[in-house]
Amino acid sequence: MGHLLEVKDLEVKFALRMGDLTAINGVSFTLDRGERLGLVGESGAGKSVTGFAIINLISKPGYISGGTVIFDGRDLTGLTGEGMRHIRGNLISMIFQDPMMTLNPVLTIGTQMVETLQAHMNISRKAAEKIALEKLRMVQIPSPEKRLQQYPHEFSGGMRQRIVVAIALLADPALIIADEPTTALDVTIQAEIMELLLELCESEGTGLILITHDLAVVSQVTQKIAVMYAGKVVEAGLTEDIIDNPLHPYTQGLIKALPDGRNPGTRLNQIPGVMPSLIDIPPGCSFHPRCTIRGDICRYESPVLREIPGYRNMAACHMLGLKKEPTEKDRAE
Amino acid sequence: MKDRLIDIKNLVKHFDISGGLLEQLAVSKGRIIRKQTVVRAVNDVSLFVNPGETLSVVGESGCGKSTLARTLLGLYQPDGGEIYYRGDRIDGLTQKEMLPYRAKMQMIFQDPYASLNPRMTVQQTLEEPVVFHNPSISGSEVKDRVAGVMQQVGVDPAWTDRYPHEFSGGQRQRISIARALMVDPEFVVADEPVSALDVSVQAQILNLLMDAQEQRGLTYLFITHDLSVVRHISSRVAVMYLGRVCELAPTTNLFESPGHPYTRALLSAIPDLYDRRHKYIKLKGEVPTPIDLPSGCVFHGRCPYADGRCSREIPALNHQGKAVYVACHAVEEGRI
Amino acid sequence: MKQWERFKNSYFLHSFKHDWVAIVCFVVLLILILLSILAPVIAPHNPYDTASTDIMNAEMPPSWMEDGNPDFVLGTDIQGRDLLSTMLYGLRLSVMIGCGAVALQAIIGIFIGMISGYMGGKVDAFLMRIADVQLSFSTLMVAIMISAIFQVAFGVGRYEQLAVPLLVLIIGLAEWPQYARTVRASVLGERNKEYVEAARVIGLSPARIRWRHILPNTMSPVLVISTIQVANAVMSEAALSFLGLGMPITKPSLGSLINSGFEYIFSGSWWITLFPGILLVVFVLVINLLGDWLRDVLNPKLYKG
Repeated sequence: MGHLLEVKDLEVKFALRMGDLTAINGVSFTLDRGERLGLVGESGAGKSVTGFAIINLISKPGYISGGTVIFDGRDLTGLTGEGMRHIRGNLISMIFQDPMMTLNPVLTIGTQMVETLQAHMNISRKAAEKIALEKLRMVQIPSPEKRLQQYPHEFSGGMRQRIVVAIALLADPALIIADEPTTALDVTIQAEIMELLLELCESEGTGLILITHDLAVVSQVTQKIAVMYAGKVVEAGLTEDIIDNPLHPYTQGLIKALPDGRNPGTRLNQIPGVMPSLIDIPPGCSFHPRCTIRGDICRYESPVLREIPGYRNMAACHMLGLKKEPTEKDRAE
Repeated sequence: MKDRLIDIKNLVKHFDISGGLLEQLAVSKGRIIRKQTVVRAVNDVSLFVNPGETLSVVGESGCGKSTLARTLLGLYQPDGGEIYYRGDRIDGLTQKEMLPYRAKMQMIFQDPYASLNPRMTVQQTLEEPVVFHNPSISGSEVKDRVAGVMQQVGVDPAWTDRYPHEFSGGQRQRISIARALMVDPEFVVADEPVSALDVSVQAQILNLLMDAQEQRGLTYLFITHDLSVVRHISSRVAVMYLGRVCELAPTTNLFESPGHPYTRALLSAIPDLYDRRHKYIKLKGEVPTPIDLPSGCVFHGRCPYADGRCSREIPALNHQGKAVYVACHAVEEGRI
Repeated sequence: MKQWERFKNSYFLHSFKHDWVAIVCFVVLLILILLSILAPVIAPHNPYDTASTDIMNAEMPPSWMEDGNPDFVLGTDIQGRDLLSTMLYGLRLSVMIGCGAVALQAIIGIFIGMISGYMGGKVDAFLMRIADVQLSFSTLMVAIMISAIFQVAFGVGRYEQLAVPLLVLIIGLAEWPQYARTVRASVLGERNKEYVEAARVIGLSPARIRWRHILPNTMSPVLVISTIQVANAVMSEAALSFLGLGMPITKPSLGSLINSGFEYIFSGSWWITLFPGILLVVFVLVINLLGDWLRDVLNPKLYKG
């Protein structure tokens, strides 16, 4: 049996007045059943676009310009209308940063859950309500019978996100895509939601793609990590490998830039400059203007994600795994 | 207490959000009554800031930390309590009386997209505070000062004619810091200055803030919800919950041996890169609203150690030795 | 020079160049405004010169029709004035009254809206109730009242000379609440932004914060409603003149021309009403279309790259 999800060379472009902008450029990764993957990157890296592209929800002027998304043996990029709707919400659910993107403010929680169920399954209102109650219990909402009659605004931020998780679980999906699900929440609530998500994915055998900028959060939840930069995956591997032995200079910089409480008061490691905007992605390796180990080749040739000899991580960097290639710095010295 | 830069005593700030008179009227038991809705944002907060230190105020959204900062700077009028700056009382001053302190106390804001006037160039934004506080200053002197500060915050002084929308978020935050530094302040309140920024840019800004502190001898009041940032930059930490300070301690003490049960829960919830799948202390229930504060200790409804006394009596912020202050009956009684 | 460079590369100019409706409207508007400004130079006759008009020429059809006279391209009105010239002069009056009234509305409205939005509370409630009261009087009622007061104070005789400022005053007073509400709404949005707090931390006076920091940031919606208000003011003026409350027939605006022709429309002299009518519709239409375009361009929510 193949992978649950196989994203291959996915490419998304936005048709704008100055021409097409490439938002993600050749993103590939795989996810097995019940596996959890963290898609990590800073704003503008293309991680959310990747999430939307998987469920074919790129809105105009964006479009998928290349690559495939094989979910359970079917290519989703070609699906439209009815076929995609069957997948979305049924087999793949999405959780957003803002719960109000999922919840309709003028309908009760119960109505929304029942309608979602009835849209995907041919069941009675009674049966749907029973499933809704069960899911609310799963996300540990106290007195769920009473809560079903309430409107979204009657819940706190953390409770709303729990309900969104419950809605995502309604149809027992095989995959949940969670886009910054706890960014808007306080740390104590973030810890609760993340634990909940983790426990549910483990007990139900659900796959999870966690899209976030927060490496620390990802490290608690996922088995695999893919680090994105300027529309590409620059490093991918097992969570512990990425965190403990990052290879790509960007991943290294990112981890070292986090204040971790071990050396208070000292200067933090900073990556110079900022991530390029989509309009002016540099030629060659898009990270090279900020990179400390760049060589000549980085200026004109874009590196591909490859296995690095002697390591388990995959990384897209020319300068890794070389015997001895003089870097610019070496040459200057 | 002359050696304290800032001394806040029993500060109270409430917001009346009940709206117009008509909206306040309600019918209760057949009679028309006037009902007012008051948000108790800051309740009886006492704090002090020593010169040269970084005091961080942490807490979750709605705990009153931003209100505290804004009241301290006179953006809100306090409803009770006193604020001292180097021993001079500064609350309730008129606009004019406040002016000399305005140049000493500055603020850096959270949202780099909203904190700069979009219709003013960088030059205009930066020179306004200087010219306002030193009307006699010459034009070339202002230009030099703008260029100098821009250099210090790492923005190319050749870009002074540009408008804020031409800069990235990190650069805007640098300009925002430059504006605060223009008047040569002693005390800077930084309200979530890095929360809106990406990790790699966040490190740049934190470094800049630490450098500026070292070069200019600044004192910071740092408002944030990000505990790893707090641990990195502050000398002391005040933890707030529902408008009250529940713990005030030097950073190392706080992170190594948190006293208050809320501080313990909060610290345990920080995800740690190298401690994967660690267990956090789960609190029961939810944060009550500041409109309807619980009696006694505001935390008692969620506290695993609460007893009868906690629900009746408000705990005072007690000295626990070594500059550690905790507002908890259980700690005071030695139960935890 | 730098400003010009910036303008040349702006999204504003770009979207203008790619919207043919906006270009056509802008060109037509420009032509109409030029025509109205240059009316005394380009009009073949001077309709205000009673010596040069001849009642014998009254109600002449356009030149291409039977009985037409090549001297009067679009025919003549009931007093024997050349219709084309009268229309050009009328357009001139309409534009003057429209712009004057909008300037007055803007001054009153921006001031009240700014105070109202910034101060909030009781001041806000009081000023906005005044605006509500003002809005519940129609322009017509305001016109009747002010005209009545005016005629008692100055006598009917001087009405003709003072009609233009009077109409500016009437339309200006009747519609300032539009501005006040728009400005108040954007001030409410701006006043809690962090740059305003930063200005307060610096210690700037409330007046300076209001006019130097907040006001420039409320100008986009003001610009948009200004275009629409000019069109509205021209329409109001035409309506008032049509009802006989506006410009006298000796100094006709487009509205009074339409009115004067209306009585003769069934006796066959359709052109006296039709041509000024078309001119009025075209003028108002291009302004409104430009206003719509401007609203789309300046709306930051619709702004894309």
